[in-house]
Amino acid sequence: MSRTARKFAIEAVAVLASVVLFWVPLYFVLLTAMKSAQEASDMNLAWPSQIRLWQNIADVVTFRGYMLLRAFWNSSALTVLSLAAMVVVCSMAAFVMQRRNDRATPWISFFVLAGLIIPPAIVPTIWVLNEIHLFKTMAGLVLVEVALGFPFCVMLYRGFMAAIPRDIDEAAVVDGYGGYRLFFTIIFPLLKPVTATIIVTQAVFIFNDFTNPLYFFPGAKNVTVQLTLYNFTSQFISQWNLLFTDILLITIPPLVLFLFFNQKIVAGMTTGSVKG
Amino acid sequence: MTKVFKRIYTYNFLLPAAVVYTVIFIVPTVMSFFFSLTRWTLSDWEFIGLQNFRTFFQEPSLSIGFKNTLIYAAATSSAKVAGGLLLGVFLTGKIRTKHYLRSVVFFPTLVSTIAVGIAFSMMMHPTEGLINRTLATFGIEGPDWLGDTGVALLSVAFVDVWKGVGLATVIYIAGILAIPEEYHEALQIDGGNGWNKFWNIVVPLSRPATNAVIILSFIGGLRSFDLIWAMTKGGPGFATDVIASIIYKQYQGGFYGLATAGNVILFLFVTAVVYPLSRYLTRTEVDL
Repeated sequence: MSRTARKFAIEAVAVLASVVLFWVPLYFVLLTAMKSAQEASDMNLAWPSQIRLWQNIADVVTFRGYMLLRAFWNSSALTVLSLAAMVVVCSMAAFVMQRRNDRATPWISFFVLAGLIIPPAIVPTIWVLNEIHLFKTMAGLVLVEVALGFPFCVMLYRGFMAAIPRDIDEAAVVDGYGGYRLFFTIIFPLLKPVTATIIVTQAVFIFNDFTNPLYFFPGAKNVTVQLTLYNFTSQFISQWNLLFTDILLITIPPLVLFLFFNQKIVAGMTTGSVKG
Repeated sequence: MTKVFKRIYTYNFLLPAAVVYTVIFIVPTVMSFFFSLTRWTLSDWEFIGLQNFRTFFQEPSLSIGFKNTLIYAAATSSAKVAGGLLLGVFLTGKIRTKHYLRSVVFFPTLVSTIAVGIAFSMMMHPTEGLINRTLATFGIEGPDWLGDTGVALLSVAFVDVWKGVGLATVIYIAGILAIPEEYHEALQIDGGNGWNKFWNIVVPLSRPATNAVIILSFIGGLRSFDLIWAMTKGGPGFATDVIASIIYKQYQGGFYGLATAGNVILFLFVTAVVYPLSRYLTRTEVDL
């Protein structure tokens, strides 16, 4: 076989494999979400006799007093609040950590890097949240997300900040700028590309987060979208169609982010992980 | 540093982050060492020494977690290294469907783990599931992927790799593209073939990527909880219980001291494995 023919064959196999490994599961989810409970329990790839997608969506949304809507609201609030706090808090911290160089800086870096590796201690965290009256609250969960996302974000910000020349700081100081004015009016706007990267990557992470809401945000009204999925598994035991409709609905936000910001997400995840 | 700049780069900037990080992360981590030695109800504690750790090592339903956690982490991270490297090489080559394949491989990284777990557990159903039905058309009788104690852990590990190999791949792609062109030219002058290129250039010079993938996926593997919980809840029996799922079970059962001991063990486990591993990996790295 000639070289080009072989190359073409390999590529054809790769595309075929991608269809089997990635499109078939997706198609399966979509198909099941369109079926009736009866047909969904067949678990096959047969085309539904009647497309019930809208009916299923209505059923899932109204289930248990519009629980899914509440979950979407909670998840969106969690994502937006955490991101806002994270961007401000982490960029400020990274500014000092990158610019300063004294005896304390290696220690600070050590503690921050440790956060990338060490698994959070679950029950003691609940205990702390309970002591400060933030257990089972949105504010408490936001703080958890910020604390756990902090090491990753600081690393990205620091890496980017290193490329912003100190001459800018000096010029600003000569012009009589103070630290806050320098940071908020000059440095922070220059960080926009990395801020965007952090927002899209962390938005996906936080929206998809299951473990932290499970531990730190329990309670009937405190659902997030990932928790609905988990709660519905026991209640929709014979209604796979509704469970898969739920999967479909909560996959839409990350899918949209992926379609628009694919490059940014990939960039954020690769630089973040290689530097760690 | 001049006095002016000490004032400009004031530690006040660090204050909010330091408070949140200390209160929510560092304090619980430090306190976990203490509470792991107690019988604990959140409001009240009783010091019981190393009893919780003894229970963890003696009770078979708990100690199985060590073995499973290691197997799971080793299996997923080695598969992600191999898969990521091969896909990375393939997707940096001269192929037409590069962009399509990169997107497709990466997409599962962004899908909810719970959703992936539910979808796959349905496809892995022993009799009705898509996988075994497809195998049956070829005359193969597939195992009970999630119900057989021998294969369940590896089935979950497979799904983990399916979901995570995209991240490994993009890390490799970045690593391979960073290899300077001169090396490839030198190889061409010396008359090396594709095989030489792979073993003598790509593999050694993408070592930073390899190290990142190993460390990242090993830590992730040791800590992983949500996929296992969504697919098997540690079952059948305790066949897929890992330290993280045991922590959750003990927490649910109200054994807070025991759950915290699990956390301390996981902490020691992760640092004991990851610290020497990363030291070793960075020491053997070559410079470009």
